[in-house]
Amino acid sequence: MELAQISSNLLYASFFIYLVATFIFGATIKVSNENRNKKIANVGIGLTIVGFLTQVGYFFTRWFAAGHAPVSNLFEFMTFFGMMLVFGFIVLYFIYRITLLGLFALPVALLIIAYASMFPTEISPLVPSLKSHWLYIHVTTAALGQAILAISFAAGLIYLIRQVNQEKATKRTRWLEFIIFSILCVVGYIAVGTTFGAMNYETTFEAPVNGSMTQITYEMPAIAGPKDGELLTDHAFGPLFETPGWMQGVNAPVKFNTVIWSLLAGLVIYGLLRVLLRKRVAKSIQPFLRSASPRLVDEVSYRAVAIGFPVFTLGALIFASIWAQEAWDRFWGWDPKEVWALITWFFYAAFLHLRLTRGWEGERSAWLAVIGFAIIMFNLIAVNLIISGLHSYA
Amino acid sequence: MSRITCECGHVNPEGTVLCEACGKPFEENQHLNDNKPEQLLNMRYDGSARRSQTYQRTFVDKVWNFFSSVKIGVSIIILLVVASAVGTIFPQEMYLPPGSDPTTHYEEQYGMLGQIYYQLGFHNLYSSWWYLLIIAMLGVSIVIASIDRFIPLYKTLRKQKPKRHVNFMKKQRIFGETINENIDYSKLRKNLRSKRYKLFEEDGHLLAEKNRFSRWGPYVNHIGLILVLLGSMLRFVPAMYMDEFLWIREGETKEIAGTEGKYYIENEDFILETYDANDENNSQFQESLQNQANPVPENYQTNAVIYKRTDLPIVPGKEPELEKVKDAEARVNHPIQLENGISLYQASYQLNEFQSMTFKLHDKGNEDTNYGEFTVDLTEPKDEYTLDDGTVVRLDRYYPEFELDDGVPTQVSKFPRNPAFIFEVQRPGEEPEVSFAGIGVNIDATGENDYKVGLVDFGVRDVTGLTVKRDYTLPFIAFGAAIFMIGVIQGMYWNHRRIWIQPKETGVWVAGHTNKNWFALKKDIDQTLEDTGIEPPVDQQEEKDKRERGKDDGISTD
Repeated sequence: MELAQISSNLLYASFFIYLVATFIFGATIKVSNENRNKKIANVGIGLTIVGFLTQVGYFFTRWFAAGHAPVSNLFEFMTFFGMMLVFGFIVLYFIYRITLLGLFALPVALLIIAYASMFPTEISPLVPSLKSHWLYIHVTTAALGQAILAISFAAGLIYLIRQVNQEKATKRTRWLEFIIFSILCVVGYIAVGTTFGAMNYETTFEAPVNGSMTQITYEMPAIAGPKDGELLTDHAFGPLFETPGWMQGVNAPVKFNTVIWSLLAGLVIYGLLRVLLRKRVAKSIQPFLRSASPRLVDEVSYRAVAIGFPVFTLGALIFASIWAQEAWDRFWGWDPKEVWALITWFFYAAFLHLRLTRGWEGERSAWLAVIGFAIIMFNLIAVNLIISGLHSYA
Repeated sequence: MSRITCECGHVNPEGTVLCEACGKPFEENQHLNDNKPEQLLNMRYDGSARRSQTYQRTFVDKVWNFFSSVKIGVSIIILLVVASAVGTIFPQEMYLPPGSDPTTHYEEQYGMLGQIYYQLGFHNLYSSWWYLLIIAMLGVSIVIASIDRFIPLYKTLRKQKPKRHVNFMKKQRIFGETINENIDYSKLRKNLRSKRYKLFEEDGHLLAEKNRFSRWGPYVNHIGLILVLLGSMLRFVPAMYMDEFLWIREGETKEIAGTEGKYYIENEDFILETYDANDENNSQFQESLQNQANPVPENYQTNAVIYKRTDLPIVPGKEPELEKVKDAEARVNHPIQLENGISLYQASYQLNEFQSMTFKLHDKGNEDTNYGEFTVDLTEPKDEYTLDDGTVVRLDRYYPEFELDDGVPTQVSKFPRNPAFIFEVQRPGEEPEVSFAGIGVNIDATGENDYKVGLVDFGVRDVTGLTVKRDYTLPFIAFGAAIFMIGVIQGMYWNHRRIWIQPKETGVWVAGHTNKNWFALKKDIDQTLEDTGIEPPVDQQEEKDKRERGKDDGISTD
């Protein structure tokens, strides 16, 4: 078998193992016997480690197949990010032994890896600016930093679902539902994308882009068509309306259409859950988190920031600057990706100051952890896809 | 100055919250740390006397208090976060496509919002005075807030005594009372030492302390940040920073900007390589390359020769005498380094720029006739060209890059990307004629010409764009960044832990404090107390949480 094929099989395997591990961590909730609980948790973390090693296998086989570290486009970066998230979870698990953390951190990693596979997955050659050892050093350290910070989100979410009073609907319960809805939108996007991908769905439009007629191909049914676009595919669905003109670029209508699909799919899943559960989703999860000590979960959330912040600084700012000096002749250039890395850094600096000197612990700290993760995801996805800049390699 | 004398005899500075020596809470100052009776002590900065909390009278006090507040510091950070984010909504001016005019670009591309963005100056946000002012305020805040906290905290931790006040002990988050007269103190000391605690004793009272240095982490990293900020300001000193750009055509030799005429560079060859999908070495990329509409670049490279001028001092106007220093390659990620701190970066290129154009003169109606050819060297166009048969072609105007604007040629740029000429052709003994000739255009303005100037050949060459940089601020900034990293690791990866052991008539009291990571402190204490006869203390905060949760833990039971 070809090395590249082995590599992608290993990635599938690790995905599957993480999935099983998640269910095993889930089983610890229902088991109240402490000894049995411990045993199940051991199986869970053991499987997680096996999954992690399998993914490490994916990483290095792909490295050998490509001839460069597989962190050079969105697919590779995000799978690596997911891998580092699992690594961060393993480290924190052995410090604090909270099985619930696995139930939240692993799904986040799973979602990220699944999301990654929505991008082109073939091995691509390096453009000249990426041909540097700093590719490995900068990207891996930055991803590790972000992943550890993401653990803080997982713990923060446990804290919020555990602690936010669900007796009646408040602003906090609504925000909490919004976070869950956002996660479900990602699930929805992956489901819709995979479905239409399996069907090889394609609709082609011809539309004016920057003054010349261009063909635009949709891989999902077009809810929002290109502005002034003409449908070329026969018997195709849509479009129901046109993409607003201020969205620039060839891919803007496709991206806009994808966002609409994700939101719709998210709404459908969320709606179904509400109908089935007949109460707020967070309220339904809350009783399962009873065993978690809020103070300990809060400490994990903070500890992840304390560990991740220096790593992030080193990878996403310092190593980044050194490389930028070498490749682009300036260590700092206010490229959108750089700016958002700085924003992330500022945000977590504020998080630490509020916590350490103003006593923002518990719920406030947990909300901040969620916002921090949103900023990281924005930098990871939105900056690449919406705001174009020097970093748009994908 | 109204000093506070504690019952333990220690004299504390004004504004002290907890006695520096014994930790006794001073009634009159508890509000400074938001301490309330019945609650655990707020241990921030160990209750030391901070200037900002003590003096609020003069203008200087007020400025000091403003900037020393973490609330203000965080507000400044949030302001920076919002402003920075706004700057990424639309591209900054420096990232606009070359040649675009910002006064119209934003409106054309982004409509009304773009226009407003431009009008507000957000197209140059990061160098705007107000953005720099916010950063400066952050710098001031960092300095003042650090001094305000570091000095009193340092003094307090130096003056602390093992013997603590009763109220200090009881109001620690980790606290426990043990009633037992058989306590193995030597075992306890051994356990603490094996966990690398430093022990201090006073009348049988014990203080075990570890990693005090981690308390200095924040101040060290703040020093690093200030160094980075100062280092960035050095860029405004002209001698510290140089940034020039060189366009060099293949075969050309140019003076390297910023070297005072001492160094020259010759562009021997510019190379642009793209990935070849058929190359066996690229087989792993085949699928990816086939999915790309455009060729994927593999390498941008300038093969250059560096020369040094030997006829120093330089006489203006004199042809330089050059001595070869070295052959050098500038590739992306691999700049050419010169011995004087200058680096040349492969930054841009222009392929196939016109170098020369060859024309022939023929009858207007018959292209097979030929009255002679001439070649225009675009780097040095001559005023007139004489053909073999004596015809004189005068070059009236040269447009390096032209565009027809309502039938009138206009010059777009001075780079020979689309050259065109106005020739005046004079055959011996005939009236002169005017011809306009370029690539794919040949206009006879009067319509009465007998002859035509036709393009027969052209020569092209590549142009490389190199940035010339010298940045002496880099070592300062790198040093600042290193200090920052040391500080942040020192503060984040270690915790300051203290355990107080107080012998009582019937047993012993234990209290513990850490600046963070209580879980680990509790584990440390529990392990050191094993087999010593002392019971593990409790986390009073956790106990309180549990009690409160018992009443209302937010979980509905339906």
